[in-house]
Amino acid sequence: MKARWALVDLVVLVYALVPVLWIVSLSFKDPSTFTDGSFVPTRWTWANYSGIFRNDDFTRGLINSIGIGLISTFVAILFGTMAAYAVARLTFPGKKVLVGFSLLIAMFPQISLVTPLFQIERGLGLFNTWLGLILPYITFALPLTIYTLSAFFREIPWELEKAAKMDGATPFQAFRQVIAPLAAPGMVTTAILAFITCWNDFLFAISLTSSNAARTAPATISFFTGSSQFEDPTGSISAAAVVITAPIVIFVLFFQRRIVAGLTSGAVKG
Amino acid sequence: MSHRAGRARALLSEGKRSERRLGLWLSAPAMIIMVAVTGWPIIYSFLLSLQRNDLRFPQDQVWIGLDNYGTVLASPYWWNAFWVTILITVVSVAVELVLGMLLAIVMYRTLVGKGLVRTVMLIPYGIVTVAAAYGWKYAWTPGTGWLANLLPAGSAPLTERGPAIAIIIVAEIWKTTPFMALLLMAGLAVVPEELLRAASMDGASRRQRFVRVTLPLMKPAILVALLFRTLDAFRIFDNIYVLTNGAQDTSSVSITAYHNLIGGLNLGIGSTMSVLILITVAIIAFIFIKMFGAAAPGGDGR
Amino acid sequence: MAEIVLDGVTKRYPDGTTAVDRFDLRIADHEFVILVGPSGCGKSTTLNMIAGLEDITEGELRIDGARVNEKAPRDRDIAMVFQSYALYPHMTVRENIAFPLKLAKLAKTEIDAKVEHAADLLDLKPHLDRRPANLSGGQRQRVAMGRAIVRSPKAFLMDEPLSNLDAKLRVQMRTSISRLQKNLGTTTVYVTHDQTEAMTLGDRIVIMRSGLIQQVGAPQELYDHPANLFVAGFIGSPSMNFLPAEVSEGGLRTGIGTIPLGDRVRRAMATRRVPGEVIVGLRPEAFQDAALAGDPGHGGTFTDSVDILESMGSEKLAYFTLESGAAQSEHLAEVARDAGADDVPGVVQIVAQLDPKSAAREGRPMKIWFDSDAVHLFDPKSGSNLTEV
Repeated sequence: MKARWALVDLVVLVYALVPVLWIVSLSFKDPSTFTDGSFVPTRWTWANYSGIFRNDDFTRGLINSIGIGLISTFVAILFGTMAAYAVARLTFPGKKVLVGFSLLIAMFPQISLVTPLFQIERGLGLFNTWLGLILPYITFALPLTIYTLSAFFREIPWELEKAAKMDGATPFQAFRQVIAPLAAPGMVTTAILAFITCWNDFLFAISLTSSNAARTAPATISFFTGSSQFEDPTGSISAAAVVITAPIVIFVLFFQRRIVAGLTSGAVKG
Repeated sequence: MSHRAGRARALLSEGKRSERRLGLWLSAPAMIIMVAVTGWPIIYSFLLSLQRNDLRFPQDQVWIGLDNYGTVLASPYWWNAFWVTILITVVSVAVELVLGMLLAIVMYRTLVGKGLVRTVMLIPYGIVTVAAAYGWKYAWTPGTGWLANLLPAGSAPLTERGPAIAIIIVAEIWKTTPFMALLLMAGLAVVPEELLRAASMDGASRRQRFVRVTLPLMKPAILVALLFRTLDAFRIFDNIYVLTNGAQDTSSVSITAYHNLIGGLNLGIGSTMSVLILITVAIIAFIFIKMFGAAAPGGDGR
Repeated sequence: MAEIVLDGVTKRYPDGTTAVDRFDLRIADHEFVILVGPSGCGKSTTLNMIAGLEDITEGELRIDGARVNEKAPRDRDIAMVFQSYALYPHMTVRENIAFPLKLAKLAKTEIDAKVEHAADLLDLKPHLDRRPANLSGGQRQRVAMGRAIVRSPKAFLMDEPLSNLDAKLRVQMRTSISRLQKNLGTTTVYVTHDQTEAMTLGDRIVIMRSGLIQQVGAPQELYDHPANLFVAGFIGSPSMNFLPAEVSEGGLRTGIGTIPLGDRVRRAMATRRVPGEVIVGLRPEAFQDAALAGDPGHGGTFTDSVDILESMGSEKLAYFTLESGAAQSEHLAEVARDAGADDVPGVVQIVAQLDPKSAAREGRPMKIWFDSDAVHLFDPKSGSNLTEV
């Protein structure tokens, strides 16, 4: 029985890892061997990596990705937690509207927003700025944040708040000393999911930026032309692809349980 | 007497009133940002679509009503992109559903290395789409790519329409199946173990248990997964941009709109396409929700 | 320690349903009062109103003479023990118990002393540094109690604190709660649906049904002198037997024969109008094996075959089924529903509590004697007890 599952697991591993290993392998290939088409590098080199880090655009792109990602995530979590708590715990007019609207945004085709934002941001001077990307990122991260966090809040038993009230706590004390500590793991998970969403974005990044002032890493990669016009950018692109994938892999490795719990709304806890 | 009752009525809702105030205050920032960033731009987009507006000829802006729509809807490029998008959507979602279900079962029930399997499956989910796309591109590039070199010599699949679309579909499926699997796994987890045991006692084989107990109970989860993945698939952009950039008529609607907007700087046509895409997405969502009565999260399913 | 007064307290919801209707009760200082009744009777709602967790629609709630309707829970100086215990999962037992004291900003040394004292009283010393997740049900229950007693509040409110424990543990905890309350002397209001708990724990019992108080009194009082059909059927286990009966000159014609009119019944018929059709109530212990009863004079007998016999060791319970021709009363049907029993229409079941030495056998006919002086008469329409003044 176990052997059968082990075999199936192996298939899954191959499915998930082979394409990833291919890019990694490409990134270590000596540029002269690019056209040999073998899976494993016949000649190894670090040159591709050192190359991209010497590239101002790329390092700038990384900084942009990190900065914009962190700020967007922070704001999305802040606003999202507040809204999620309200949605999970309180009754108020417009609750259905809020939930419905987040659903709408989750289903929204980004290209439809790129078109007007392109023009509007140029008018407002937000084009090619961090803020110009942060605003749409927050907007698109909010539905996910609110949904995931309200699921986490609903896991916290209602009676704990009642007990805190009886024990003499003000609503704020109840929140800070009872609710917040219990919600903290959920917030961490949601932050990771939101960050992945922002980090991953491509369409907004290529449409709303024009230089390395605000261009994020994925977009930067697509503009790679290699160190000279004649050089094949394959190596640089592969190396860059690995670099921007690495943080995500690390997150996933450390937080797998939490992420799975978050994405399955707590149904699967590991 | 009635005056006292009135006071009691006003006082009793004090608690409720402060709850409502708190709710509004807490949800306001999120609501404001979402509405501000999408509300006006959508309206603006619609307005732009009613103009002839080309940034290369800024003095030529003129209101032309629904002419843009006429142009786009009569254009073979648009319809090409539309059907390609539909094809990609239908095929990838169908395959993802089956594959995702199998994967969900593995992730949920495997006796060996559960943690490892789940971790590894999150990598396609988390990986930057563009990064993976470049991987596929190089894999299929003749000479460079290990996959390309498995094919008969001289074939460059990315330069031919059919094979290129197939490759795009494979790339899409590879990337998003894990997400589908996670949504389905949530649905799996909800099926009570006791029901399966009862079915076992009633004489049901494993296949029968799955088809007659598990699947029906998973219906809401499946529908939600289908709805979101379908809408997601329709918006496909990253993979196509990297793999073919729409060459050989492999554009999706998003790619075409992008080309017109950023490439051609034609705000009028680009906006028109955006609005049409938005309308299509709305129709798809509507059909889903109506036809299947999908209990979307946030509905009364909560 | 405080006196709690509920003056016409009513809870009405915006959709019109009345959960609690004009609740009048004066709870004395140090008293242990139980609110008992079937689910939905309003007992928990009443408790929540005393706590301040629910608004009072009409009426006044006074603690120590002062009106507290508008006061928040934290300002009422009362503590509550929840059915699910509501222990803070991220805090240790010590931190859980200390929480209310921390909020009240007491000095650390004082907090430590009080926590130790409470832990001592409740035998929690060995568990002080563990988390709720690692405790058994009984231990968690005691931590919940600890959190309540540590503040020395004016009153304790307990919402079915023993429901989540298994039967044996429940019996153990009952006595320790009783001892604790007597020890501390704190006014306590306790909600339960279990009449055994009510009978054993309370100084006074308040029986509720559909938002209305049915009767208030000491346990024995409620047992001996139930005010209506509902109270009679609710208190006592196994519950009172009810038989439809026709009043006639010779006695009460029932399915077990004609019951001679005892003193109580005669007094009732003399002092008030007794309808032609009544419901007779007889507790299981009013029956006896005729062979062992001799002939005390004030009773009657009937013979029937024993349907089911339950040997409890200290007694035997014999179940008889009678065909019943008379129409069932609305009240009887409701009482059956409240008790969760599904009545088979047209059939009445009698439970007789017999001496363990009785020779009763299942399936065999038996002659049963019953005490006609122990008969209660109930009005089939209003349910009120006609034999009680």
